[in-house]
Amino acid sequence: MSFFGLDCVRKREREEERRLKANDRDYNLSFKYATNAIKTSKYNAITFLPLNLFEQFQRIANAYFLFLLVLQVIPAISSLSWFTTVVPLILVLFVTAAKDAIDDINRHRSDKKVNNRKVQVLINGELRSEKWLDVQVGDIIKLENNQFVTADLLLLSSSEPLNLVYIETAELDGETNLKVKQALTVTGDMGDSVTALAAFNGEVRCEPPNNRLDRFTGTLSFAGQKYPLDNEKVLLRGCTLRNTEWCFGLVIFGGQETKLMQNCGKTTFKRTSIDRLMNQLVLCIFGFLAIMCAILAIGNYIWELEEGSKFTVFLPREEGVDAAFSSFLTFWSYVIILNTVVPISLYVSVEIIRLGNSFFIEWDRKMYYERSDTPAEARTTTLNEELGQIKYIFSDKTGTLTQNIMTFNKCSINAKSYGDVIDYSGQRLEITEDMESVDFSFNPLADPKFQFYDHSLVEAVKLENTEVHAFFRLLALCHTVMAEEKNEGDLHYQAQSPDEGALVTAARNFGFVFRSRTPESVTIVEMGTQRVYELLAILDFNNVRKRMSVIVRSPEGKLCLYCKGADTIIYERLHQSCSKLMDVTTEHLNEFAGDGLRTLALAYKDLDEAYFKEWKQRHHEASTALEDREEKLDKLSEEIEKDLMLLGATAIEDKLQDGVAHTIEQLAKADIKIWVLTGDKQETAENIGYSCNMLREEMNEVFIVAAHSPEAVREELRKARTTMKPGAEDTFVSKTILGNTPKIVADETVSGEYGLVINGHSLAYALEPSMEVEFLRTACMCKTIICCRVTPLQKAQVVELVKRYKRAVTLAIGDGANDVSMIKAAHIGVGISGQEGMQAVLASDYSFAQFRFLQRLLLVHGRWSYLRMCKFLRYFFYKNFTFTLVHFWYAFFCGFSAQTVYNEWFITLFNLVYTALPVLGMSLFDQDVSDSWSFEYPQLYVPGQLNLYFSKTAFAKCVLHSCYCSLVLFFIPYGAMYDTVRDDGRDVADYQSFAVLAQTCLLIAVCIQLGLDMSYWTVVNHVFVWGSLTMYFVVTFTMYSNGMYLVFTASFPFIGSARNSLQQLNVWLTILLTSILCVLPVLTYRFLLIQLQPTINDRVRLKVLQAKAAPPPPRRRTRIRRTSTRRSGYAFSHVQGYGDLVTSRRYLHRPAKPRSSGFTPTGRSLVFNPTGRSAGYSPTGHNQSPKQEVEATSLQMYRTRDMSF
Amino acid sequence: MMASSYNAKEEDGHHSGAVGPGGAGVIKSKKPDNTAFKQQRLPAWQPILTAGTVLPAFFVIGLIFIPIGIGLFVTSNNIKEFEIDYTGVEESSPCYVCSFNYTWNNTTPCQCSIPFSLDQPFESNVFMYYGLSNFYQNHRRYVKSRDDSQLNGDKSSLLNPSKECEPYRSSQGSPIAPCGAIANSLFNDTLELFYNFPNGTSIPIPLVKKGIAWWTDKHVKFRNPGGNNNNLTATFAGTAKPVNWRKPVFELDPSDPDNNGFVNEDFIVWMRTAALPTFRKLYRIIQKKKDNMMPTLPRGNYTLNVTYNYPVRSFEGRKRMILSTISWMGGKNPFLGIAYITVGSVCFFLGVVLLFIHHKYGSRNNNADIPN
Repeated sequence: MSFFGLDCVRKREREEERRLKANDRDYNLSFKYATNAIKTSKYNAITFLPLNLFEQFQRIANAYFLFLLVLQVIPAISSLSWFTTVVPLILVLFVTAAKDAIDDINRHRSDKKVNNRKVQVLINGELRSEKWLDVQVGDIIKLENNQFVTADLLLLSSSEPLNLVYIETAELDGETNLKVKQALTVTGDMGDSVTALAAFNGEVRCEPPNNRLDRFTGTLSFAGQKYPLDNEKVLLRGCTLRNTEWCFGLVIFGGQETKLMQNCGKTTFKRTSIDRLMNQLVLCIFGFLAIMCAILAIGNYIWELEEGSKFTVFLPREEGVDAAFSSFLTFWSYVIILNTVVPISLYVSVEIIRLGNSFFIEWDRKMYYERSDTPAEARTTTLNEELGQIKYIFSDKTGTLTQNIMTFNKCSINAKSYGDVIDYSGQRLEITEDMESVDFSFNPLADPKFQFYDHSLVEAVKLENTEVHAFFRLLALCHTVMAEEKNEGDLHYQAQSPDEGALVTAARNFGFVFRSRTPESVTIVEMGTQRVYELLAILDFNNVRKRMSVIVRSPEGKLCLYCKGADTIIYERLHQSCSKLMDVTTEHLNEFAGDGLRTLALAYKDLDEAYFKEWKQRHHEASTALEDREEKLDKLSEEIEKDLMLLGATAIEDKLQDGVAHTIEQLAKADIKIWVLTGDKQETAENIGYSCNMLREEMNEVFIVAAHSPEAVREELRKARTTMKPGAEDTFVSKTILGNTPKIVADETVSGEYGLVINGHSLAYALEPSMEVEFLRTACMCKTIICCRVTPLQKAQVVELVKRYKRAVTLAIGDGANDVSMIKAAHIGVGISGQEGMQAVLASDYSFAQFRFLQRLLLVHGRWSYLRMCKFLRYFFYKNFTFTLVHFWYAFFCGFSAQTVYNEWFITLFNLVYTALPVLGMSLFDQDVSDSWSFEYPQLYVPGQLNLYFSKTAFAKCVLHSCYCSLVLFFIPYGAMYDTVRDDGRDVADYQSFAVLAQTCLLIAVCIQLGLDMSYWTVVNHVFVWGSLTMYFVVTFTMYSNGMYLVFTASFPFIGSARNSLQQLNVWLTILLTSILCVLPVLTYRFLLIQLQPTINDRVRLKVLQAKAAPPPPRRRTRIRRTSTRRSGYAFSHVQGYGDLVTSRRYLHRPAKPRSSGFTPTGRSLVFNPTGRSAGYSPTGHNQSPKQEVEATSLQMYRTRDMSF
Repeated sequence: MMASSYNAKEEDGHHSGAVGPGGAGVIKSKKPDNTAFKQQRLPAWQPILTAGTVLPAFFVIGLIFIPIGIGLFVTSNNIKEFEIDYTGVEESSPCYVCSFNYTWNNTTPCQCSIPFSLDQPFESNVFMYYGLSNFYQNHRRYVKSRDDSQLNGDKSSLLNPSKECEPYRSSQGSPIAPCGAIANSLFNDTLELFYNFPNGTSIPIPLVKKGIAWWTDKHVKFRNPGGNNNNLTATFAGTAKPVNWRKPVFELDPSDPDNNGFVNEDFIVWMRTAALPTFRKLYRIIQKKKDNMMPTLPRGNYTLNVTYNYPVRSFEGRKRMILSTISWMGGKNPFLGIAYITVGSVCFFLGVVLLFIHHKYGSRNNNADIPN
């Protein structure tokens, strides 16, 4: 997706209407339409420097420093040499420029790649392969299957009947299902006749380029006729041609003018809350700076009046400078000196820290998934600390919580339950990986990946138990699965739902192999012998029926109806003789449901030949009826599906990903709210909710909102709220109506645990502006929220809703294209990689392979990142304020003359050299407690959600602390040096010695403070801290040495001052006193806090210390077993089945046209590849299929129907 | 306080042998390296604030600081210092006339003598300082107003001083050497000390003017142009003396030819600008008498003879003459001693308070189990 670029170039002028003629380049060129070349890169070799610099100086910090630089050039103002600003500025500019350059080079590359793609263009009556960038408006191009659409095209003709083409628009709007476009008949008639197309001279008049993906208006004039054009006839750039052999199209918009490119650049830049806070703080600091400078300027004015005017004997004023002007100049001089309160290196350091933490995420082996060889990936490097503040997680279900893999787990046949492994004492054993599974070698057609652990079932099959055989025969016959046999015995099933696939595979392994089907027959291999059953009818599944039946005639001529469906439905239709069996089976079903399995009941019925004939006749009539066809068919089905004989029940496990329940439990302990937003139907979603322990039996109540009118939804929400918190009513709502700005909805605490399940219909009402607050309030009172049948758009709306009304950080996690919208909407988007498609990953900020890694991402990496960033910011502000405020105090003793306390070189190097690395080291490596302890106490995460580590209050504390320290740092040396001399009577109270003393004190004090803040001293930290201190002394002594002075006399006037002052004992005693005084209050304060109000961190750290720092024993992960009687879920996908398709001749005998070159003739007609989402099932849990080249969807069915017209 | 070096046998440590599904390790696995750095398992020292570390620290600081403070205080108190203000602001002051009648263009220097007596004898070397108050030697424009290259003997700078020296860069067309406001305002009072015998006779006390500047200043930072040749007059030809000066730079010390030009020690001392508006600068050293049991300055009456050249009254400045002995910690300064004693006591006191708090509340909070 990335290569479709980021930025669009502005249009030259407004185009009123687009006119173009097919195959007439000269005519079209006269309009100067954009060619098909795209350019997403910003710079080229020449423009890079000026443009990039221009952009960089648009940033306020950089511009500010440029402004400072200008000030410094004015001699009357310049209080610091130019290099104090230039050196950091250049460094920052350089780093940013380098990063931009690398980004742009990548963009150049992808542009080039896209522009150089080949496409066949019709030029001068023949098809030529051309590069994309050479395609012009008005050209006719030919596209083949699976090719990207080159430009916005008017569809002319296609290989498919009725001039249909199928396109996938995932790159455009994120929807994976195929869409149909249809060409005009008049153009479609040209087919693939090159001569006809070359002669085509239609003229198109249409709307100018715009960004509306769903609209297109225009007309085509051809052969004297006018034809209207709409969106149905246009293929947009960014789509992919699917299931269509070829098509021809006329280029309407190219390159930058395509709707895709017009739409791009909307990717919103995500910023973290810390970023926003930092910006506010920087503004505050600017204000603070202005106030300080103003005070000093006033001070200067007074000084000049009182003292300066008299001191002119020794220090004459410059011409034309009076007290007022002098104070004006002083203001700016102090702006320069005190500029270090707005540190330019702050932004650079923040970026470096984030980058470092991103690397740590990518390097984490515990977030690496061995099976798919996928490490975690931090696709955005700017959001790390936000990971430590997540309050709401929005999760997809399929593929995220679950593996989307169904396994045949248990069954109950004729009142006997199979599937549990029972040891000799009769105890149920836990099934583990290394347990011996059943050996299916007796069956050459068995799927080797299928695993089953109960040996008694295979014994029963081998003993030719009739019921067991009937059971598996039913599974092998009653389904709509398609089989594909590439080699002898190498069977592949394509199932509509993974559940069905799992059932058929189970039958296959137990010796009832479904081998192939025709519209009229099903071939199965029963215990080694091949038998062909005549398929007489399929009574297909739908949402109301919740069951499916087949009627088959066995090779012996026996008529039989096999039916499977939801247990409640089947039970209603059973023969009375089954009542005993029913009771036992019900017990088993309850047991299965208790394990969180999806159950189906199976039943059969022998049919009477005469009755069936008569029924069949009626059925035929009904199916051709013009009115109420569905109803009539339903009635007929009802009629025949009764008095069934119960066979048993199956239990299928919708396999959760490993560790999902545990992860959810941990995240819940960390006070993170998890909302599940799924496109699945309510039962499945609820079931998963239970099996991953989000919904629990012990919950006080699980509210289910499934109303069909706004009033009813509102009523249900209200009812739920009064149940949870009686009495608290609607005080809030009135308030929001009064105020126009969105209010923050406060969290309401309720006693007890509640769950809320809401379906798509109700959600649509609940998300309306009038009700959204109500919905949010109710939802936030519940522990668990599950939204089912949610559209991608609604997913995003839910996320937006929470973002709008809760001051909280949200995270969305998902794996499919339907999650893209919410991933983009949330503060942080996480994509599950390696499942299906890459859309979610491409839109995400972080990606990894397993849901359970989320735990580590948040509780460990997120927490650490947040902690590190906050520590960094607190320390950084402290350091710079302390550094700067000393000048402020000194001003009162130097006539407010903007004299600095420190040497200029020290000012230049302080942030860049002396203190950069230690604080970076801390912010890269610090951990308060190790990762295993973080898991042990998920509550450690809570301070992040409450913004406790860095907020305005924390900042204010920093400033106060700095004020104190700077006072100490100025007045202790002041007192110590006042009228003092050296131990040989010579001068030591001179300006230079004082500067050396003050800067040494400062550096040591901030280093000690860093040491206090740092809780994790690795070797690197030691090296950084001690190295920086050493560096200071080395640099200082070097710069103040004779040699440097003799070479650069003007730059290093401090010669000898370090030597002469630092050899004095009282200087060192002063340094010691200052450092101790600086940390003493902090130490006391922190110790008191720990003693009186220990935070969770303090407690855990103390505990770690007490536990002698051993990591806690890894907790035994116990399988969560429910003892519930609630059961639901049945093994069908929620879409209409395709029984029709299976019985339709048309489907299986697609016209086999000769294929154009490059298309592998592996029989598309045979590949039946059903709905993309639920295609991959596997009995063992191995994700078997690499991503299918062609992703067909349910649309495929409609297509085959269309063909019958 | 010392804490973990992490157990290296982490749960993923032993996975490394297992190869991914690709098998055989031919395909390069994307599995991150198992290094302590990348897995953030670097062994580390994890200090935390506990009662066991903080409380002893407080007591130790207290116990160390108080003796140091006492030592400093006693030392400072033992230093003998005598200070006399000779600005002449009060009418009773002998220098009142000089200070009152002062004009820059006085040709005849004004003299005044101030009698004083020392109650205690000054042992060992005694240092004589002049002190100035309300004199902003640390004003930015003042500090800048010098040319280090010129002072270092650079010939081109001698004739073309830095712009920073304005308005004392040139005088009547010729460059000023030494240029700038600092040099221009060189302290030029002459102080002489006489011991008055009880019988009425007085003898001058020898004042040593060598060795009052930093070695680095005297030998590295300040150099006469053209090296140490004796013909300074020629070297400085073409330059003008600073406006306020009475004599050119090469005639600063008529008694010692080596103490002239930029390397004149009085000049060097002055050029080392003070950090604060009140400061003292070393003027002369009264060396301990050899082979004499007499103190350097015995108890008795003295006279300070001042050649009053330096005007400070216009900006309410003060001039002082200070006699001081020194110790290992330098001159008299009780601040450091008092500060050490105070901080030490505060530490000790805090230690006690915190100990009490820790006993009363600490154990309750720290031993409670963490809710999970």
